Amino acid sequence: MGQGRKPKMAVWKFASCDGCQLSLLDCEDELLKIADRVQIAHFLEASRAVVKGPYDLSLVEGSITTPSDAVRIQEVRRASKFLVTIGACATAGGIQALRNFQDVKEFISIVYARPEYIQTLNTSTPIADHVSVDFELQGCPIDKRQLVEVISAFLHGRKPNTLSHSVCVECKLRGNVCVMVAHGTPCLGPVTHAGCGAICPSYDRGCYGCFGPKETPNTSSLSRWWGRLGVGEQDLVRVFRGVNAFAEAFRKESEAHERQNDQDQ
Amino acid sequence: MPILDRNSLDLLFDALKRRGFNLVGPTLHDGAIVYDALASTADLPVGWTDEQEGGRYRVKKRADEALFGYAVGPRSWKKFLFQPVQRLWQARREGEGFRIIPEEEKPPKWAFIGVRSCELHAIAIQDKVFISGPAPDSSYPTQRKDLFIIAVNCGQAGGTCFCVSMNTGPKATAGYDLVLTEVLEPARLAIGADRHYFVVEVGTDRGAEVLRDVPHTEATEQENAAAERVVEKTASQMGRTLDTTDIKNLLYRNFEHPRWDEVATRCLTCANCTMVCPTCFCSTVEDVTDLTGEHAERWRKWDSCFTMDFSYIHGGTVRSSVKSRYRQWMTHKLATWIDQFGTSGCVGCGRCITWCPVGIDITEEVRAIRETEK
Ligand code: SF4
Ligand code: SF4
Ligand code: SF4
Ligand code: SF4
Repeated sequence: MGQGRKPKMAVWKFASCDGCQLSLLDCEDELLKIADRVQIAHFLEASRAVVKGPYDLSLVEGSITTPSDAVRIQEVRRASKFLVTIGACATAGGIQALRNFQDVKEFISIVYARPEYIQTLNTSTPIADHVSVDFELQGCPIDKRQLVEVISAFLHGRKPNTLSHSVCVECKLRGNVCVMVAHGTPCLGPVTHAGCGAICPSYDRGCYGCFGPKETPNTSSLSRWWGRLGVGEQDLVRVFRGVNAFAEAFRKESEAHERQNDQDQ
Repeated sequence: MPILDRNSLDLLFDALKRRGFNLVGPTLHDGAIVYDALASTADLPVGWTDEQEGGRYRVKKRADEALFGYAVGPRSWKKFLFQPVQRLWQARREGEGFRIIPEEEKPPKWAFIGVRSCELHAIAIQDKVFISGPAPDSSYPTQRKDLFIIAVNCGQAGGTCFCVSMNTGPKATAGYDLVLTEVLEPARLAIGADRHYFVVEVGTDRGAEVLRDVPHTEATEQENAAAERVVEKTASQMGRTLDTTDIKNLLYRNFEHPRWDEVATRCLTCANCTMVCPTCFCSTVEDVTDLTGEHAERWRKWDSCFTMDFSYIHGGTVRSSVKSRYRQWMTHKLATWIDQFGTSGCVGCGRCITWCPVGIDITEEVRAIRETEK
């Protein structure tokens, strides 16, 4: 980026709950420093003032669920030099991707009085299914320290330190006692992407997988072990159908248990 | 040999505190026995024990008031000597260049209470890596410097222990200042009331000097024999065994054994085994800048050969398959370590078995390869 000119940053929202954008507002101390270093050119959650593109850095929250958003994301991509997706919606389709496992037309006809007014796609899909993405930051919501890290790394032209190994590593670095081994509490930590700092196990709960699949996740082995801890096939379907239900590794695992469950019936 | 009664152990702790030591040892925390700060013997897991199996650990009440009646827990002493996360230095931008701000590290004067024989061997192994190895560490020698060790001969073996196979226990033979054997004798055996005492062996002049501060008596022949029996019984109770015959060549010969594919279907590459292992020494370095770019820091964190980043070189990850990562881990522990440092990298503490979330068992994997070698 050119010397002297502050890089322009934009924040975009697609189908999402706004939680990840809130993480940015939640940065408080760092937010002033960010505003000092970048021109926040488009961030409707924070301000209605909008500066025209192109943008040096675009943060994209949310998934693609409507025909108009499928068009709008192309425009965002064209206007952005560097595009970063933030959160489970943008990186995996979010909780709204549960529709991908159902018949959307059917429930629209049940929920809405005039279904013909509803324009929606049959699926909720991650941004990377539509445009090329330069960097993905997983999490539901994303971790604000990781967000600051990604922005810092962008500003200084280096690779962000956002490791894709298991939550277990963070858990052990914190000195936690493993809830699965010591308490028998099912935990998704061994297949989940690090980044949260092992929050749930630190509070004696199993990991829910909100940061999505880690690198090389062995979900079937973990499922077999959960079975020994007393978790049934139907529950295994639900376990992998959370906010990252449509992330490939979790999707395949839940589908496998769905098939197994159907056979068992 | 000298003996201390149960209550004199607090006086021993006091003697160490007066000398400025920071006491750490086993304590009950979140359903496990972990090493943490100790104020007195009341902080020890008095009357508790553990049950250990592949992927399973539970604490349980004992019938007696033993202070050291359990095996090793998920934290090893490396947490103190080789810290999990550590800042190495900071840098500030100054004009066209930058200034390095080094980390000041003072020896913390650790006193480790209740170190087991396998752990003494593990500390000796890390000493070799971090102090006398080809690349001495910047921090470990400082943390290690004044370390005072009160070892304990194990009074019972854990379900995943195999120190007898690895020749590393259960009796401490070197590397301690003092070593205790805890003896509990119910009233019907002893004359009069229940007895609870520690037979002490002195390992160093420092140990002898501290012991002089604490009232003790000389053990009778019977008391010494009782201590011997404790260790013998433990040795006969090992939860696991591992046949180490020609183990290095066994693994080198079987680099393509189908068992590696089988274990890869179970291994989660979660890295728990390396995090809990008392000898694993790998770390990664992370450089961070702040938003202003005026300030940078270099941090070191424990790393593991189970991550993709570990073997990332320009263009990709060398060990991308699960099989290659598990094989690297086990072969390093049991074979290449011997070429590298002259000893096994495994001391038979059993932690990797207990704390593997899916109970993968290093002794079982070796057995499977040995028994089905073509
Ligand atoms: S509690 Fe969960 S995240 Fe932590 S080490 Fe155990 S399995 Fe891994
Ligand atoms: S490899 Fe396993 S048994 Fe051996 S020292 Fe490490 S943790 Fe202990
Ligand atoms: S087994 Fe892996 S983590 Fe442990 S010392 Fe060897 S390479 Fe490092
Ligand atoms: S052997 Fe067990 S603890 Fe080690 S990486 Fe594999 S699953 Fe995790």
